[in-house]
Amino acid sequence: MDTLLHVAPFTGYVFPNETLIPWTILICVYPYLTGLVAGAFTISSLYQVFAMERFKPAAHLALLTSLCCMLVVPVPLLIHLGHPERAFNAMITPHTTSAFAIFGYAASFYTILLLLENWFVFRPHIVRQAQQRQGVLGLFYRILSLGSNDLSERALSYDRKWIFALAIIGIPAAHGLHGYVGFVFGSLKSREWWSSDLMPPIFLFSAIISGTALLAVLYVITCKLRKVTIDLPCVKGMAYTLWGFMMFTLLLEGVEFASLVYRGREGIEVIMEYVRGPLIIPFFTIQFVLGSVLPIVVLTYMIWRGTTGKTLIAGVTACGVMVLIAVFMMRWNVVIGGQEIAKTGKGLLSYQLHFWGWEGALVAAFTLAAPIVLLTILARLFPPWDKPAH
Amino acid sequence: MPLSADQETQEEDLNMENNEELPEGQQDRRSFLRYFGAAVGCGGAAIAAGTALRATATAVVAQAPAKPDIPGYDWTQHRWAFGVDATKCIGCLRCVEACKTENNVPRDAHHFRTWVERYVYLEGDDKAHIDSHSDPVNIAASGSEAEYRFANRYKDAKVEKAFFVPKLCNHCTHPACVQVCPTGATYKTLDGVVVIDHTYCIGCQYCVQACPYGARYFNEEKGVTDKCTWCYHRITKGLQPACVEVCPVGARIFGDRNDKQSPISLFIRDNRVSVLRPESGNAPNVFYVGIDKEVS
Repeated sequence: MDTLLHVAPFTGYVFPNETLIPWTILICVYPYLTGLVAGAFTISSLYQVFAMERFKPAAHLALLTSLCCMLVVPVPLLIHLGHPERAFNAMITPHTTSAFAIFGYAASFYTILLLLENWFVFRPHIVRQAQQRQGVLGLFYRILSLGSNDLSERALSYDRKWIFALAIIGIPAAHGLHGYVGFVFGSLKSREWWSSDLMPPIFLFSAIISGTALLAVLYVITCKLRKVTIDLPCVKGMAYTLWGFMMFTLLLEGVEFASLVYRGREGIEVIMEYVRGPLIIPFFTIQFVLGSVLPIVVLTYMIWRGTTGKTLIAGVTACGVMVLIAVFMMRWNVVIGGQEIAKTGKGLLSYQLHFWGWEGALVAAFTLAAPIVLLTILARLFPPWDKPAH
Repeated sequence: MPLSADQETQEEDLNMENNEELPEGQQDRRSFLRYFGAAVGCGGAAIAAGTALRATATAVVAQAPAKPDIPGYDWTQHRWAFGVDATKCIGCLRCVEACKTENNVPRDAHHFRTWVERYVYLEGDDKAHIDSHSDPVNIAASGSEAEYRFANRYKDAKVEKAFFVPKLCNHCTHPACVQVCPTGATYKTLDGVVVIDHTYCIGCQYCVQACPYGARYFNEEKGVTDKCTWCYHRITKGLQPACVEVCPVGARIFGDRNDKQSPISLFIRDNRVSVLRPESGNAPNVFYVGIDKEVS
C-alpha cells in the first residue's frame, strides 16, 4: 500500500496508530498560504486605509497577490482530505463546536471580500479594456464590467468609498482568518507542542512578516522584469514593516517556547530531547539564525546607517527571501514538529517526506508555486502597476 | 435619548451632503465619525453574529442524534462502560486479533482499534521500558505485521515488575474528537458510545489529532477515520464486544451502568478504578484497575 511507505520510524514509546503521521507537508502549505494572504493584505491596507503613500507602488500588487494566494488556500486542504468531494459537508451541516467548521465560511467571506475589492480597484482598467478590446478578451472585460462603463469622477469617488470600506472590513477578516488558523492548532490539548494560547498571535505576526517579505521580493522582481525604477521609499517602508513585525514575532515565539520549557509539564524531557536533536537544523539553524536573526541584523544595520540605493534593494530582497523560508520552516516546525513528538510523551517520531505522491514534496511545491503562476496571469489581465513599463 | 451607533451613522450620512461647505478640520472629523460609526456598526453585527453562533452551537449540541434503526433496541435505556483489569492481562493479544477480524481493521502494525502495551521495570531502573506489539522487535519475533505477539526480549534481564495494559477508545463523556469534527460525522450516541458515520466523514483527520489517547486511525483505503465502537453492532444485539468475548482471563469487562448488577457496575463498585489522563477533561468511560503511574 502506498501510504505504508510513509510510516514514521520512532524512538521510545509511541502509540501504534501514531506511526502514520496524519498531517503532512500539505498542511504546512495551507497555513503558509493563508499567512501570505493576510500579510499581503496588510501592505495593501497600509495604503488603502492608513493612507501611507509610500506603499502606493506595491498596493495593487499586494491586493492581487492576496487574492491569488487565497484562491489556492483550499487546494492543499482538498488534496489532503480522504473525501474531498464531501468537503462541502462542513458548510452544509457545520458542526459548530469544531474550530475547523467555520473555516469554509470565513474563507468564503474573505474570498468574496477580496474579489470585490480587487474588482473596484481594477474597475477603471476593466472598463477601458471593455471599450477598447474586441474578441474573447473584449467579451471577458465586458462581462467583468457588469454593464457599467461609468468612469466619471462621481463614480470613481463612489468606488473609492467601497475600496476603503472593504479594506477596513478586510483588516479584521484577513487577520482573523489567520489568527483562527493558529487557533486550530493552539486549541488542541492533545499535543503539548501546539497547546498554547500564544499560537494565534504567533501565526498572525509571522503571517504579516511573510506577506511583507513576499511583497518586497515580488515588487523588486517585477520592477526589474518591467525595467522600471524601483521606488526606494516603498522598499524602505517594507523594510520598516518587516523589522517591526519581526520583533513582535520573535518575542512571541520566544515567550511561547520559554513558557513551554518553564512550565515543564509531563513529557518535557522528550520535548527537550526533540529540541536538542531533530530541531537543530529546521528550527535553530534555518528558522531562527538564518531566517530571523540574520535578517533582523541586516535590516537593523540598513535602517541605522540609512542605507539606500541598490544596497537597500538587495538587502531588503535578500531579507525577504530569508524571511519567506523562515516562515515556511515555522509552519513546518509547528505542524510536523507537533506530530513528531508522540502523544505518549515518551517517544519521538520522524516524518518521512517523499517526493512523489499526493502528499509529497512535488505536489506541495506545485501548490506553493500556483499563486505565483496565477499572479503572472492575472497581472497581465489586471496590471497592478503604479508606473507604466519602459 | 442617546443615539445608537447605526442611528449615528445615518445621522452622519444625512449631514454629509453639506460636507463641502464645512471647514477642512470639521470635514475630517465628520468623515472620521462616519467611518467610526460604520466600524461600530460592523462590530455590533459581529457580536450579534457571534451570539447567534453560540446559540446555534448550544442547540446543535443539545439536539440528540437520530435514533438508530435497530429492532428491539432502545438507546435511551443503556449507559455502556468498559473496564480493564490490568492485573489479569497476560498479553496474549487474542483481543487484538479478534478486533481486527470482527471490525475489518487493516492487518498491519499501524491501524488498531485496540492494542496492548507492556510495561517492564528492570532492576535499578526508575522508568518503565514500554512497548506494544507494534514495536519492530515484536514484529520481527512474530515474522509479520499481521501477526501479533510480544517477543521474549527481557528473558536475560532482571525484571522487577512487569504488566500489560490493554488500550482502546475511551468513549469519553466530553470527547475532544467529537468537538473538533467539522461535519458532525463523529458523534456520541445516547447510550454513551462515540461512533463515526463513514458515509459523512470527509477524512480531514482533525479528530485523529485531537484524541490524546491515540485511539483513532485513518483508513487510507476508505478515506475515513476509524476507531473502536465497543462493537456497537454486537452490543446493541445483546452480545459482548469481540475483545471482551475472547479474553481468556476476564481482563476486559463490559456492561451497562444503568444495570447495578452488570459486570461493569460491579467492577466499578468493587474496585478503586482510575481513568487515563483525567486532566484532559475528556472524562473517559474506560475504567482501569492495576495500572501504574507511567500509564497514560
